[in-house]
Amino acid sequence: MIDKRVESPAAAVADIPDGATIMIGGFGEAGSPIELIHALIDHGARHLTVISNNTGSGRVGLAALIANGQVAKVVCSYPRSANSMVFPELYRAGKIQLELVPQGTLAERIRCGGAGIPAFYTQTAVGTVLAEGKETRVFGGREYVMEYGLTADFALVKAERADRYGNLVYHGTARNFGPIMCTAARRAIVQVKQVVEPGGLDPEAVVTPGIFVDRLVVVPNPAHESVLVQEGRCYP
Amino acid sequence: MLPVSQQQSAPAGWSRDEMARRVAADIPDGAYVNLGIGIPELVARFVPAGREVIFHTENGLLGVGPPPPPGQEDPELINAGKKPVTAIPGAAFFHHADSFVMIRGGHIDICVLGAMQVSSQGDLANWSTGEADAIPAVGGAMDLVAGVKAVYVVMEHTTKTGAAKIVETCTYPLTGRRCVNRIYTNLAVIDVTASGLVVRDLAPGVDMAAVRRLTAAPLADGMKG
Repeated sequence: MIDKRVESPAAAVADIPDGATIMIGGFGEAGSPIELIHALIDHGARHLTVISNNTGSGRVGLAALIANGQVAKVVCSYPRSANSMVFPELYRAGKIQLELVPQGTLAERIRCGGAGIPAFYTQTAVGTVLAEGKETRVFGGREYVMEYGLTADFALVKAERADRYGNLVYHGTARNFGPIMCTAARRAIVQVKQVVEPGGLDPEAVVTPGIFVDRLVVVPNPAHESVLVQEGRCYP
Repeated sequence: MLPVSQQQSAPAGWSRDEMARRVAADIPDGAYVNLGIGIPELVARFVPAGREVIFHTENGLLGVGPPPPPGQEDPELINAGKKPVTAIPGAAFFHHADSFVMIRGGHIDICVLGAMQVSSQGDLANWSTGEADAIPAVGGAMDLVAGVKAVYVVMEHTTKTGAAKIVETCTYPLTGRRCVNRIYTNLAVIDVTASGLVVRDLAPGVDMAAVRRLTAAPLADGMKG
């Protein structure tokens, strides 16, 4: 019998060690697995490397994880946005490292990591500071820069619904990095609103096949980051 | 930043809406288009009647529709600027790797973005001022300019202090080299060609002399004939 459900966000993240590399889904608040992130704050693992498109807003979710001093380095395309103050403060103080990656290169690095591809060439960033020091090669008269695939020890992802095999469907633009992060992490931990029995999801509509998912946590009514920020909430 | 004469007052030219309308007029029926933040976002409002244009947002939606009515926003249905949007009938959602396959694989026809500087060669600087204490953030800009078939810049012709933004060589960090095809400003529409910048259109009440005075690169007059 396959049943990937675990009883709580706390149980789902309990074995994340200090120094782990963690992919965290989301584009802004859409798809950000806020309950799993809060469980990781309670769990307390430190010296983490976080791979995520943004660095969170306000003092909840990803921003709270960073504010709590648990993150040593972020790999990110856009670490500042509206209501984002935690990362800028720590970055200016030299207390957190940043590896800035163009968004498409970030997505492709994660995709390649999940596909067993160690490196690839892309036109993106050629001739810019983000290509400095990187190997380049000319194909068909055009210059390309080499980028490495990315893998992680864990992924924290938010999806809409799952079956107990771990097949996933998403909602709207909350899908973003979730499907590729599930493929690139050794342990993909996914929060969903609902888990159904096998057969309860249309196989034609499944976005992430269950083989890429290790643990499911049901969070029926996930918080919205923007609402928490508006309310001035702070975690913990 | 190259200084330009500020003795003569700059002509106003087109408004932001008029600039967006001017861009929209050049987008053909059936095009797949990615719009950046700011003036580029306005372009969607001005698609001429009778044309179907599909708007892409890099966070995973083809078929971006107008903003929802107040109270009907979905925090999980947003654009790249993280603002609430709708999905048109016929829209498609996809993950980030597929979204950037569309961009980097040359499937998107046009992207419209803002800029801090554009050079006479079509180099673009729009992501960083390079200041020491700035938080670097690039998003998808470098992918868009490297992969999309045609890159249109829409921006004010000069900075707020009157400095030229169209220059011989960008002084800000580059987003991409030789990537801009056309520049729309409040004063003019300018093509980037192999032989340099060519003015294709001027805003009402604006002449070549005024545009040249506010541009720090040579401009050819491409409107004759």
